[in-house]
Amino acid sequence: MAQKEKDALSGVETTGHEWDGLRELNNPLPKWWLYIFYVCIAWSLVYYVLYPAWPLGKTYTKGLLGYSQREELVAKLDEGKKAQEKYLTAIAAKSVDDIQKDKDLLAFAMAGGRSYFNENCAACHGAGGQGAKGFPTLADDVWLWGGSTADIYKTIQHGIRSDDPDTRGTAGSGMTAFGRDGILKPEQINQVAEYVLSLNKRSTDAAAAEKGKAVYDENCAACHGDKAQGSLAAGMDVGAPPLVQANWLYGADKATIVQTVTNGRAGMMPAWSKRLDDATIKSLAVYVHNLGGGK
Amino acid sequence: MAEEKKGFSHDTIERNTLLLIVLILITVSIGGLVQIVPLFTIESTIEKVEGVRPYSPLELAGQNIYIREGCYNCHSQQIRPFRDEVERYGHYSLAAESMYDHPFQWGSKRTGPDLARVGGKYSNDWQVAHLVDPRAVVPESIMPGYGWMKDRPLKYADIQDHMKTMKIVGVPYSDDQIANAKADLEAQKNPDGDTAGLAKRYPKAVVANFTGNKGVTEMDALVAYLQVLGTMVDFTKYQSPKQLQQ
Repeated sequence: MAQKEKDALSGVETTGHEWDGLRELNNPLPKWWLYIFYVCIAWSLVYYVLYPAWPLGKTYTKGLLGYSQREELVAKLDEGKKAQEKYLTAIAAKSVDDIQKDKDLLAFAMAGGRSYFNENCAACHGAGGQGAKGFPTLADDVWLWGGSTADIYKTIQHGIRSDDPDTRGTAGSGMTAFGRDGILKPEQINQVAEYVLSLNKRSTDAAAAEKGKAVYDENCAACHGDKAQGSLAAGMDVGAPPLVQANWLYGADKATIVQTVTNGRAGMMPAWSKRLDDATIKSLAVYVHNLGGGK
Repeated sequence: MAEEKKGFSHDTIERNTLLLIVLILITVSIGGLVQIVPLFTIESTIEKVEGVRPYSPLELAGQNIYIREGCYNCHSQQIRPFRDEVERYGHYSLAAESMYDHPFQWGSKRTGPDLARVGGKYSNDWQVAHLVDPRAVVPESIMPGYGWMKDRPLKYADIQDHMKTMKIVGVPYSDDQIANAKADLEAQKNPDGDTAGLAKRYPKAVVANFTGNKGVTEMDALVAYLQVLGTMVDFTKYQSPKQLQQ
């Protein structure tokens, strides 16, 4: 081997390459860097042995630890369930009413119910159940399908006009589009709207309102009740709201009432029993019942 | 310097172009094979679950709008196998569930929530009300409103071409499905019409007059797409990770 050439200025060996009189220094990699690099290579070999690593046609090397992200998830979920087991089994075994009587269970169900409500229900019913146009308020005492614990529980389980076979109401049902389907003439719609307004002492056309009563009795009373007390108060399970009150689902002004009579309405709520387990639904029922309007 | 010949050195490679090319090719091929070979066995990495079907024509049009509007910039469609995600959104996503998505919509950006299982979570009315004015139903939302979409007619004269293109990239649309594309698209928007053919070709497709408009609008398509997301697989049949393996 020829003698190594050293750069006079820095004292570092050169590579021997020369370009127009410039020579390249042959600085070695820093030792600390080099050793960490070797350790990483060694570590990767350990990793290949312990963890899933190499694809082998139809399968892959599984590794000595048998690690699987999905199995780990199952373990984590079980761990969480186990920590709550005491409460969850009690909630599953008891009725919603009995859960409310047990102070500990109530506190647990309210805390869990609140987070499940915020994730699943608040989008429509609003945080705290304040509702929105077309999405019923859950914090007041007006209920379309019943405000008892049993009713709320059943509604959450099976939904309203949902694809669940035990749904409340019937899938695809709803208020008839009296105008669109040509059952009522525009004049009659005006009369019945005035009549509904007159029930709330807001009618501005007494003559029309008087004629509207006959239209109401013939077309609307079957669901909304002969005194417009709503289907629930009239003992029916069709979800027709009372028309003699301050709370209006779609709006209390005449234009909205005319629109409702003309095109009909059919609020729909999904069934949750396919998405959430029973203890969760019971917790939700407890939470909703305690929002302020539970009966 | 370096005039001395060792058995094999960088000098040898650097001074022999042909040898250099051959060695480069070998090195690059190894890198390529490591990435490509596993894809040949992709059939075995997709879980064999029942229920996943190609999108119905209306849903496919909806997915096109989803992509056009860049919904993926804020919404992912991939529930990862972690406890917090599974308890919030539902069962973790499977590869099989997006095997007919071209391009897939997994994403990693969640300015809004994950949408992998949003299908059936809310009513059609809510989806429409929320798209028109998100803050009308979710006051703290920062999502833009898409009210204009509600009245904008869907252009679907070329829906068959979209399906044929999907078929080229591997979505198993049958000739029957492609032939009936337009009829199926219109049927899904009309709950009063004959939907037997649609239900047979696309089980679980949500049939509804989503917006209440007469013609098919872009929002009808988008809501039909959203309402089918994550609903195709019945997870009561697959309780453990073992059952999802091949």
